[in-house]
Amino acid sequence: MNWMETARTSWFAIMSHKMRSALTVLGILIGIAAVILTVGLGLGTQKDVSSQISSLGSNLLIVSPGSSTSSSGVRGGFGTGSTLTEADATALASKVNAPDIAGVDAEKSSSEELTAGSTNWTTSVVGVTPSYLKVRSRTLATGTFITAQQQADEASVVVLGSETAQELFGSSNVVGQNVTIDSQTFEVVGVLASSGSNSTSNLDDTALVPLSTMAANLVGGSQANSVSTVYLQATSADALPAAYQEAKSILLTRHDISSTDDADFTISSQDSLVSTATSVYKTLTILLTGIAALSLLVGGIGVMNIMLVSVSERTREIGLRKALGAPPGAIRNQFLVEAGTLGLTGGVVGAALGIVAALVLPGLIGSSIEVSGLAIGLSLVVSIGIGIIFGVYPATRAARLAPIDALRTE
Amino acid sequence: MAETSTMPAFLVPGDSEPVIRLADARKTYKTGSIEYEALRGIDLTIRAGEYVAVVGPSGSGKSTIMNILGCLDTLTSGSYLLAGDNVEDLDEIDLADIRNKRIGFVFQQFHLLPSLSAWRNVELPMMYAGVHKDERRERAVAALERVGLGDRIDNKPGQLSGGQQQRVAVARALVTEPTMILADEPTGNLDSHSTEEVLGLFDELHASGRTIVLITHEHEVAARSRRIVHVRDGLIQSEEVLA
Repeated sequence: MNWMETARTSWFAIMSHKMRSALTVLGILIGIAAVILTVGLGLGTQKDVSSQISSLGSNLLIVSPGSSTSSSGVRGGFGTGSTLTEADATALASKVNAPDIAGVDAEKSSSEELTAGSTNWTTSVVGVTPSYLKVRSRTLATGTFITAQQQADEASVVVLGSETAQELFGSSNVVGQNVTIDSQTFEVVGVLASSGSNSTSNLDDTALVPLSTMAANLVGGSQANSVSTVYLQATSADALPAAYQEAKSILLTRHDISSTDDADFTISSQDSLVSTATSVYKTLTILLTGIAALSLLVGGIGVMNIMLVSVSERTREIGLRKALGAPPGAIRNQFLVEAGTLGLTGGVVGAALGIVAALVLPGLIGSSIEVSGLAIGLSLVVSIGIGIIFGVYPATRAARLAPIDALRTE
Repeated sequence: MAETSTMPAFLVPGDSEPVIRLADARKTYKTGSIEYEALRGIDLTIRAGEYVAVVGPSGSGKSTIMNILGCLDTLTSGSYLLAGDNVEDLDEIDLADIRNKRIGFVFQQFHLLPSLSAWRNVELPMMYAGVHKDERRERAVAALERVGLGDRIDNKPGQLSGGQQQRVAVARALVTEPTMILADEPTGNLDSHSTEEVLGLFDELHASGRTIVLITHEHEVAARSRRIVHVRDGLIQSEEVLA
């Protein structure tokens, strides 16, 4: 009896119990679809996070005040200190001490209410330096950016994000209009081109003012000279490690700190941000995939259960086939192929369902799902494998039945 | 009690070879510590073309004889030669092969697969014999025509009468051209009309030279054979040869 005939015989057996076969397939189907979806969701989220982080700018180092190390005593938490100043940023821009740093953008942000006529809108107002566009890889939709002169003059000018312009004026063609921030009037000189949102903030909903103006007029007091973040652009991707070293030694010297462990600032790269975020999502993905794999295991046990029922229900058929000359191997193969077919059917339908869900769900839940060919291929192999592995015991039992006992069963 | 171990020469049809030769066949079943001797030394020779009925009350050992002759079970001691080959010491795979090629079974409960059409049922043993697909269909249809069911080849067992179902089973037993047809109470589940249908078929098969061994407890059925072997308590009690 060749494989084609074995397959046909098994197919007849499956089709003669449609409901039961369908329910068995359902168990595998759910497991496979769940695995494909969770793996896809994990991969998609990782990709989203990477692209959001790289949307910050290219070849970027991010200097934040405070330390993330906890080597000695009590330290200010990451990003909470006010130890970075405008002067630090100016020092980092030195071509002599930091030849591998191409651009420096110091930023200081605060949430403020903007008013234009009778419309008001609360957004993040950020004090930036003229090198913002270059360092952060942004472009203008209309108008001009903050100039060095305006920076020196503490000029009351503002560059709006495209969404902020839309909210305030209902249009992005707003150069020359006035906006009131903290009861001071600012002139809109430009509007940023749209860039999308990242995980923490909407990059199109912002208002940029000169850092000097921000320090002098919007955020006063002891915080006046501190900045919240300094973005450094390295001259190239290869120069990132050198730029990192230069920035570190300049800041250590300026802050009069001898040991790296005591640093009151943290320099991170996109790579380190990406890998931190990725490792978090990886752990989550593994956890979810583990749960999905468990449901696949339950599906496999379902196959075994149904195959055992099928063997005892068809004892007479097995006995007859043996009396007619079926060797034990032919009987075993028939049941193995039957179990494998149930598994494969579940795998194919489950994969199809997973792919459809991966296409439909992102629109509903807002995060992308990346279905990889590897995940699909692997789950098909796994589904046949599960069918066969859980089919081995029932099939062996069928093959071992003695024909006389089997024929006598009523 | 067992009178004959070899057939007198004048009773043997033609000069045909022995198809079956059982010598001092013994079979003991063990259930826990209880031993039960089902066959206690059977000597039986059946030659090609014979039509033999094995008759006995229940518990006489005739079902055991059927299982042994059909290679569904093996002897505890003694020997069984089927067409000259010693059937003892064969493994399950070889026994399956012998059942497939040498023996055509007809069972009391027909044992047709309900989901398969008549010709698919008849095709089954040829599938295990490795016969090519096209030839299988041809031979299955021919066998069904042989038993008078040429117009029922696509019917499923449920659409056939008992007599017709048993004729499908006979076609299935014939289709591999076996050395012998082994029928276990073939009329046990049939009404008198169907019984006549099936026994008539056996008469025809015997006339065309087939070897038939019939296991039954009904004397009217046994009377249709040419030789009756009476079994009781695991031994052959007597034999009678019919004209």
